[in-house]
Amino acid sequence: MARVLLRVPTMTEKGSVIEIRALIQHVMETGYRPNAEGVLQARDIIWRFTCRYDGEVVFNAAFSPAIAANPFIAFTIIATQSGPVSFTWEGDNGFTQTETRHITVT
Amino acid sequence: MTVSRRVLLAAPGALLLSAPTRADQQRLAAALLDFTGGQPMREGRVRLDVSPLVENGNAVPISVMVETPMTTADHVRRIGVFNERNPQPNVITAQFGPRSGRAFLATHIRLATSQALVAAAEMNDGSFWSQRVEVIVTLAACIEG
Amino acid sequence: MKRIALALFACCSIASADERRSGLLDMRPEAQAMQRDDSMNPGMLWVLDGEALWNRKPAPAMQSCADCHGDAAASMRGVAARYPAFDQASGAAFDLSGRIIQCREARQAGPPLARESHDLLALSSFVAHQSRGLPITPPEDTGIRAVRALGQSIYMTRMGQLDLSCGQCHDDHAGRRLAGSSIPQAHPTGYPIYRLEWQALGSLQRRLRGCMVGVRAEPFAYGSPEFIAIEAYLMERARGMEVETPAIRP
Repeated sequence: MARVLLRVPTMTEKGSVIEIRALIQHVMETGYRPNAEGVLQARDIIWRFTCRYDGEVVFNAAFSPAIAANPFIAFTIIATQSGPVSFTWEGDNGFTQTETRHITVT
Repeated sequence: MTVSRRVLLAAPGALLLSAPTRADQQRLAAALLDFTGGQPMREGRVRLDVSPLVENGNAVPISVMVETPMTTADHVRRIGVFNERNPQPNVITAQFGPRSGRAFLATHIRLATSQALVAAAEMNDGSFWSQRVEVIVTLAACIEG
Repeated sequence: MKRIALALFACCSIASADERRSGLLDMRPEAQAMQRDDSMNPGMLWVLDGEALWNRKPAPAMQSCADCHGDAAASMRGVAARYPAFDQASGAAFDLSGRIIQCREARQAGPPLARESHDLLALSSFVAHQSRGLPITPPEDTGIRAVRALGQSIYMTRMGQLDLSCGQCHDDHAGRRLAGSSIPQAHPTGYPIYRLEWQALGSLQRRLRGCMVGVRAEPFAYGSPEFIAIEAYLMERARGMEVETPAIRP
């Protein structure tokens, strides 16, 4: 499992716009860099990030090799109801990881 | 050649950079065409924030914000960020909806060298908006052996 | 006469003002923000890994770091600010990573931690992070003083095909530019650092190797007495400055 650092408000008012930040440990090897022997290293990137809120996709981004190592992404969602918010990263070599947080809306 | 080698060596890196080639420009144009599907794209509504001068191209903070109330009637569907001189023109493409609250994203990106960045947005009415920013990278990525 | 005395006093007070600055302040605001906000600082990923390692037994029958040291927020607070330190028992100086390696072998009887390995960097950054915001306070015993003096002499010695000493860049030309990048004063305030060039966390010794390769010198070995001596000198030179771990640098 890759280390993840998420900033998600745990409690918020209904209708408020909340900013979410997500950082994940990943090399994001571009596929354009030679190794010490001069051979190109195979691409190994995360190519999709998806945020689901109460089961529905509310944000989704396609990453290219131009996203920095240890990808950082920030975006906003509207707090509509209490429920789970999940974050899924998918990448090369079968990489997939999902983290879930719970938002309480008052 | 009237400029001495010493002067050239002492010149700031930015002055030594070659201009983007026609191939670079065509690749960026093709990526934008792919994003818009051939629809016209206008300058405006999109704000791409990035430092005009960066010390290292391996992790450059950028953010994109689009002027829109993000209601069902008026919202951004997609934001794309593209570059001129990396090995690939695509950086990130993100999908939004009324539940996003704001048409905003921030991330850290790689820039192989000094170049242009373009942020483009597709609105729910099918119109396309963009902003282009030039960035100078003072230190090439990866210099330690 | 009084006026001259006043003028002299003014000169002296300017000269004695602390002109040291962290490399943090030499970066552009965007890179500074990346360090100051944990939610954007990739170095925090290593700190979190270190926290997990701190609490985990290296093997079922072994003790974890926490089994002896308890809550690192209390037991490790200020520790990194006092390293390298002289160890009377072995008669040698240890840098923080060296102490963790020694603890792993002698106290935990666990598998050795390699220099610059992910786990050692994670543990070192987690321990050093407990001192963030505290002033660097090197010890004052005679053992570390001798090590520090060796470090200072290495710092002042010209080396490599470029025949440059550390001090010629970082004392004499700090604040000026080398090609496109600014020459920092070389204060080790934030190690291990997340260096954008590395795209990963790395130790002060890795950074020193980079400098030595840069002047075309044969680098000292990881964990060598020479590197620990330079580290001890640099920490003395940065006495009183704040620990920033995990720092971001270009």
